[in-house]
Amino acid sequence: MEMPPLDPAILARRSDIVAALRAIVPGEGVIDDLDGMRPYECDALSAYRQMPMVVVLPETAAQVAAILRYCQDNKVKVVPRGGGTSLSGGSMPIGDGILLAMGKFNRVLEIDYANRCARVQPGVTNLGVTKAVEHEGFYYAPDPSSQIACSIGGNVAENSGGVHCLKYGLTTNNLLGIEMVLMNGEIVRLGGKHLDAGGYDLLGLMTGSEGLLGVVTEVTVRLLRKPSTARAVLLGFPTEAGAADCVAAVIASGIIPGGMEMMDKDATKCAEAYVGAGYPLDAEGLLIVELDGPPVEVDYLVERVADIAKGRGATTIRVSHDEQERVLFWAGRKAAFPAVGQISPDYMCLDGSVPRGKLVEVLAEMRRLSKQYGLRVVNVFHAGDGNLHPLILFDANDPDELRRCEELGADILRLCVRVGGVLTGEHGVGIEKRDLMGVQFTEIDLDQQMRVKCAFDPDHLLNPGKVFPQLRRCAELGRLVVTQNRLPFPDIPRF
Amino acid sequence: MTSTIKPRDAKELRQAVEWALNEGVTLDVRGEGSKLALGKPMQCDQMLDLSGLSGIVDYAPEELVVTLRAGTPMREVEALLAQRNQMLAFEPPDLGPLLGREPGQGTLVGAVMGNLAGSRRLSAGAARDHLLGFSGVNGRGEAFKSGGRVMKNVTGYDLSKVVAGSWGTLAVLDEVSVKVLPAPDQTATLLLLGLDDASAVRAMCSAMGSPHEVSGAAHLPGRTALRLEGVAPSVEARLKGLRELMADAGAKMQELGTLESRTFWREVRDVTPLNAAPDAVVWKISCPPTEGPAIMARIEAKRSGAQAYYDWSGGLIWLALPPSDDADHVIVRGALGATGGHATLIRAPQSVRAAVPVFQPQPAALAALAGRVKESFDPKGLFNPGRVG
Repeated sequence: MEMPPLDPAILARRSDIVAALRAIVPGEGVIDDLDGMRPYECDALSAYRQMPMVVVLPETAAQVAAILRYCQDNKVKVVPRGGGTSLSGGSMPIGDGILLAMGKFNRVLEIDYANRCARVQPGVTNLGVTKAVEHEGFYYAPDPSSQIACSIGGNVAENSGGVHCLKYGLTTNNLLGIEMVLMNGEIVRLGGKHLDAGGYDLLGLMTGSEGLLGVVTEVTVRLLRKPSTARAVLLGFPTEAGAADCVAAVIASGIIPGGMEMMDKDATKCAEAYVGAGYPLDAEGLLIVELDGPPVEVDYLVERVADIAKGRGATTIRVSHDEQERVLFWAGRKAAFPAVGQISPDYMCLDGSVPRGKLVEVLAEMRRLSKQYGLRVVNVFHAGDGNLHPLILFDANDPDELRRCEELGADILRLCVRVGGVLTGEHGVGIEKRDLMGVQFTEIDLDQQMRVKCAFDPDHLLNPGKVFPQLRRCAELGRLVVTQNRLPFPDIPRF
Repeated sequence: MTSTIKPRDAKELRQAVEWALNEGVTLDVRGEGSKLALGKPMQCDQMLDLSGLSGIVDYAPEELVVTLRAGTPMREVEALLAQRNQMLAFEPPDLGPLLGREPGQGTLVGAVMGNLAGSRRLSAGAARDHLLGFSGVNGRGEAFKSGGRVMKNVTGYDLSKVVAGSWGTLAVLDEVSVKVLPAPDQTATLLLLGLDDASAVRAMCSAMGSPHEVSGAAHLPGRTALRLEGVAPSVEARLKGLRELMADAGAKMQELGTLESRTFWREVRDVTPLNAAPDAVVWKISCPPTEGPAIMARIEAKRSGAQAYYDWSGGLIWLALPPSDDADHVIVRGALGATGGHATLIRAPQSVRAAVPVFQPQPAALAALAGRVKESFDPKGLFNPGRVG
């Protein structure tokens, strides 16, 4: 993984830069010793590590603005970081840049039940929002599996999802407003407690921009009333195709489950060995379908889902009878990653999305690739929305296995794009999938995205080296060659 | 306007824009032109008619996605989805009659470009929440795409969001993929009668915060309506629960069944209640739901003859004011005060729309940023110049 070359001129000015930051953030807020910076050297994509030049922990939007303005004036690079749980290296530091850690922005500012929203600082954890409102029966819907540690600001940057996206949407569908600081130090507010920010939807653009456009300093999220009941149905199928057909049939029948997860036989075995959830070990494809809502509706839909599954040849149909059993059904799925960690020294988690109708084809092809590379692949996925999480098992101490793993991963993502899917459904591009962007996008597509980047950050100072395989200078991107005096195209109908 | 150019495929669309760029010609980009009377009046050199790029490219009901060409009429899309008991969950309004045209006109992409949404905005989102991806041409004459056809996608910037609601000023679209959802089996409406604005908004907010999954909350003079949708046993059970919850409001209650409900909510969606006064100027105000009545009170204190109703649990005010040269924009926007939110002038004579800001003016830093974003797509200002000014 190649990052932009370090700028010796910046590194030579390190002590000046540290002093300037100390003038903005007094006391303990600037960390420049190696031991102190060590916890920041990587995020959850821990195969890649890099010490930052210096770490700064501001406490106010005004400090963030002063830092960014200083960095803009002095052409210093900045990497923003929330909870540091990115699976794609989105918050991996750069050696000649400042790591802007937002951990001190950890307060819930306002809870407004009547308007069903909460205003929080970006360092508040995803689960922290729900914890703050659950005693009143409310919650915040997006629930990435890192929700205990990941920050809301990071969720905005990554447009985080979770297992309930099909019914409740991603972060972008659950945000009402943000306050953010631009690279030039300007503070702007987008949206608020009302719906649909006026003007261009920059809130939507910011969401999922992976920390490349601005630094979020406040977030207003939409709160939802907790559904009164949830029940889970465990469905085992003798073939993966049977399970995939069942997923399509449930949706075609007009049911949108709260969650619909699928695991292949190997993943089921691992998870069962790890937590003993009572999964059927003979199933080639296992589904967990969760229905939520009023009790009468949930009972009704559980019946219908069970009927559909029966019609598709399910060999196991078990319905959770109480909350304890529902949680148990989920326990195996939620522990699937650590469970796989028990049977392999390392694993790489992929995140492609594909049209649901291509699931079976993609699984078969993945199996072929797995054989070709001589590495096992275990599959868990959000079947309801076609978001795959293939786990490639390997040993990082074996350089050849690491290389084969990276190549296999890239081939699987190319496969996803080939069948009409995308490189990443929820983990982000970061550094991990950066060099594969050309598989999904043309150069023109990427240039257009970079021009948008230039509108926010003309010197590419904010989180450089992420998302785009090759950075082009804004001046170059903005150049427009207009040929004069060309005739209108004669064959297009005109009147 | 001198003439019209009507491309028949993606290649011709790109060529048309490239030609306009080379000639320095500005383009009035339109599908069926059903919303021309909305926005700032434009002076364009040429019309770019997208109606030649029409038709469904692919519809996969079990994938919950439909892909179609930019000129495809909304009525065609809705009829197709209805065959499979699906719908556009954002409930796009038909503003034709409000804007002095026949009903049933307009394209789906037109609704996306205005980021329109009906009463279900509260629970299902707006057009922007349902646009999965697009292909089109930027103001540099380059064909590009963003997003895709899958539900979950964070690959690259989500340009679909910024294109939705841009009123055609960033790019000319060729093809879009849109998320669709199952249509509800049953719809019921609980009407609370005789509540004043403040009590009605309190009741609506309480209903929205209940577990009864209310999918529409509107308050018309004398009638406050709460909509429930879903499978029959669920709608019945929630209706009962909602009745009990609403007993506190002390209002007389009535129920509407599925068919009556559909008519009622279509009228709320299409702003039919304000159609009676054809000369009135019409504003759309988006605000925090609980602030709605106070905003209305501030407007009524300064301007008599206002007619209004609330949707989105109080967060959307449809307001009709007697005709005036400036549409009372200072009063309307002044009434928003510090609550946040925005007011859009939806209907007014051309001369009025030319004279006052149709869309909510933005603070300087934000306006400058929006200007740079516009430039990043359309550096020469070819597309719908001035429409969102």
